[in-house]
Amino acid sequence: MEFISRRKFLKIGGASLAATTAIGNAKLFDSKRATELRQVPTFCDICFWKCGAIATIQDGKLWKVEGNPKDPLSRGRLCPRGSGGIGAHYDPDRLKTPLMRKSVRGEEEWVAVSWDEALGFIADKMKKIKADYGPEAMALFSHGIGGNFLKHMLKAYGSANIAAPSFAQCRGPRDVGFKLTFGEDVSSPERTDIRNAECLVLIGSHLGENMHNTQVQEFGDAIAQDAEIIVVDPRFSVAASKAKYYLPIKPGADLALLLAWMNVLVTENLYNQDYVTKYGFGFDHFVNEILPFTPEWAYPETGIEPDLIRQTARVMARHKPATLIHPGRHVTWYGDDAQRSRAIALLNALMGNWGVKGGFYYPVSMDIPGYPYPEYPHSERPKVDNPDNKYPFAHETITNGIREATLTGNPYPIKGWLVYATNLMHALPNEKETIQAIQNLDLMVVIDVIPAEIAGWADVVLPESVYLERYDDLNVEWFREPFTALRQPVIDPPHDQKPNWWIAKTLAEKLDLGHYFPWKDIEEYLSYRINQAGLSYEQLKSEGILLGEKQPIYFSEGVPDVFPTPSGKIEFYSLQLAQAGFDAVPKYTKPPQPPPGYFRLLYGRSPVHSFSRTQSNRILMDMMDENEVWINQDVAGRYGLKSGDYIRLKNQDGVVSNRIKVKATERIRTDCVYMIHGFGHNSRMLKFAYEKGVSDAQLITQYTVDPLMGGTAMNVNFVTLELEA
Amino acid sequence: MARFAMVIDTVKCVGCMDCVVACKTENKVPEGFNRDWITTDAKGKFPTVQMEIRSERCNHCDNPPCVYCCPTKASHVHDLGGVVLVHHHMCIGCKACLASCPYDARFIHPDGYADKCTFCIHRVEKGLDPACVAVCPTHCMYFGDLDDVESQVSKLLLERKNHALIPEAGTRPEIYYLI
Repeated sequence: MEFISRRKFLKIGGASLAATTAIGNAKLFDSKRATELRQVPTFCDICFWKCGAIATIQDGKLWKVEGNPKDPLSRGRLCPRGSGGIGAHYDPDRLKTPLMRKSVRGEEEWVAVSWDEALGFIADKMKKIKADYGPEAMALFSHGIGGNFLKHMLKAYGSANIAAPSFAQCRGPRDVGFKLTFGEDVSSPERTDIRNAECLVLIGSHLGENMHNTQVQEFGDAIAQDAEIIVVDPRFSVAASKAKYYLPIKPGADLALLLAWMNVLVTENLYNQDYVTKYGFGFDHFVNEILPFTPEWAYPETGIEPDLIRQTARVMARHKPATLIHPGRHVTWYGDDAQRSRAIALLNALMGNWGVKGGFYYPVSMDIPGYPYPEYPHSERPKVDNPDNKYPFAHETITNGIREATLTGNPYPIKGWLVYATNLMHALPNEKETIQAIQNLDLMVVIDVIPAEIAGWADVVLPESVYLERYDDLNVEWFREPFTALRQPVIDPPHDQKPNWWIAKTLAEKLDLGHYFPWKDIEEYLSYRINQAGLSYEQLKSEGILLGEKQPIYFSEGVPDVFPTPSGKIEFYSLQLAQAGFDAVPKYTKPPQPPPGYFRLLYGRSPVHSFSRTQSNRILMDMMDENEVWINQDVAGRYGLKSGDYIRLKNQDGVVSNRIKVKATERIRTDCVYMIHGFGHNSRMLKFAYEKGVSDAQLITQYTVDPLMGGTAMNVNFVTLELEA
Repeated sequence: MARFAMVIDTVKCVGCMDCVVACKTENKVPEGFNRDWITTDAKGKFPTVQMEIRSERCNHCDNPPCVYCCPTKASHVHDLGGVVLVHHHMCIGCKACLASCPYDARFIHPDGYADKCTFCIHRVEKGLDPACVAVCPTHCMYFGDLDDVESQVSKLLLERKNHALIPEAGTRPEIYYLI
């Protein structure tokens, strides 16, 4: 990505001087003034990675947040979003008090109310919904560790309809594809041993732009150790610039490339034969199925020369088993996503890298007991999201399944939504369906730190304190080494914001479910769990992190080599899939192609923003305050466009975007355009972020549902370039 | 004597801007301004593109025009390590230094003085790395003393190909990019 130049910063600076924040007004570099410094360890929440951090307070004001050197995730270095974390505390546009809707939903007209009034209203509505429709008629959409206590509250109320977009709109297909193959998924943080890989293959995964801290740090390690890097992407990503081999694939053809790679490895006998013989199931069937998919077959699909396909397959084989084909994370692309992810799993299996250094390690965790709660009430009705097990391999709740049930009333009506820390308007495809579903609700509650678009549709909006102002549940992480981390308040919330544990507990009490929250405050809960594990809560408070004993993470270190699949082996041929009527070995189907004059809309991540959640953080907006549409230089030339021009995009359904800045570049194919996700806010309460850039989500009106697991593929929308008159 | 310099490995740098954010918070740089920034040079024709990503800032030149042109001696070379600094209270905001800098590294702070990278001298004096170096997730930045042949920066410059920016300006910049 090309960032704004120095001169442009100067120009922007002139325009935004009046907006200089309280942080900026502090006298600089005034070393003579005695200052009182205080440091508090906690863990970050600008994304879900949960890096250990240390915040510094100077004279009672939040100064900076840095990495906690004890933390295995951040290794003492936060990512740019974490480094900009103080911007969340100082954000002038954050939610300040509970709000109740005073006109129709979506009009964003509010009355500020007390917590007692807001929670009383919600509790009354929830009681009525339970009486009229049963407790399962309440659903919760939740993202991140902050949602734990709300989930507990809803289960106590009697509903298991709890979903996160991180499954069906993100990593779900990957986890299903890997589970079908190895019996276990990739989990988060990913169990990828990037730092020990000798060959790293990235398929659309744009590490460095996609700023998952540990992964990017290990990517840096791999580069420093001269790992051979192969990048497959329609866009010349930052990662591509680090690669020895860049494969500029035609969008949508990744599965064809994967099949051809496996074909080469099998026909040239380059795969890890000992490993496959020892651990593989159905390999002969797999070989038979893979034989037709030669590099020559793949060439017209992928646009990648057969010689390059063979050459890169041989590079992978040369470094096996320390060749890691990264499973990616946000992989809801074309509708074949679980099968494509399974092909990635199989390619890794051919390298023999599962349980092996440089491949996939076995994550370990500390044994911290949970809090002893009463049993949850038994529900007569199964979860609402996946009636008749339509998506047989969905092992988490499907967000869009809850939306569908809310729209149709089938298999039973959903009448209340609680939405915690996830902007469904940007996370789910086709916002019209989301808006229609909301019309069917008797209760719509949003709990968040900022007034994202979804808050505009709520009946009640509850302002949560940001992570630097609150306790949350313990992070008992599954990682290379076992550790437990504490999030604790560093500074007071500036307005009437409350932590989520308090919101959940107080609401539960109003719902007569107080016995599910028997602790008096969260510290009693946290210290109970830590003390039960025989550890010191005081030490955790002062150090932020408790490390456990090192444990084996590879087969060679003594991890048992068992695969919890039906066969107990790595399933090259999947009887489960065959029995459910799917391809037992992945097959490629060409996805629909853009009509003439249209470009496929692709989207990705910026290292300085998290989803649509950081565009009111003034520090991060100073890094990047609008997104651009990447257009191939030659294409831009044909349209008479140059970098810096503004255009609009119009999709196949006639949806016209806001204005977006052109980035004419040699770093993308001619058949697609690309933008960073998360911009183009139209919530009027997000005054600073309002209409800066374009929301890809608004243009994603079409989606293809993955038949295995219900995920929504979103790289299936096409746009035309609409020039300003 | 010491001669401070920064060595930045462009092979590892992913251009994530963490250096920019960390500088901004550490030094309370006001909204709309930054003391360091990322430059991405992409050359070639798709798909054969080469790219160099650089974290850039004041080069703390050995031959600093910004110091020579300053009418009030606010711009000066610090006793420690040859770091180029500005005495805020002596600066009249005349912008001569802004005009003389070939790297466009300075700006006028809203409080009226010329501002720029200090190599985080307040941290360096305590034995810490500058904030940008300390935060870098790929560990692509190194800070140290070029007068010490045993320092990591001296060794890296001996071992690896490198270049500085606009050497033809003759300012003898002290930021080096490994390639």
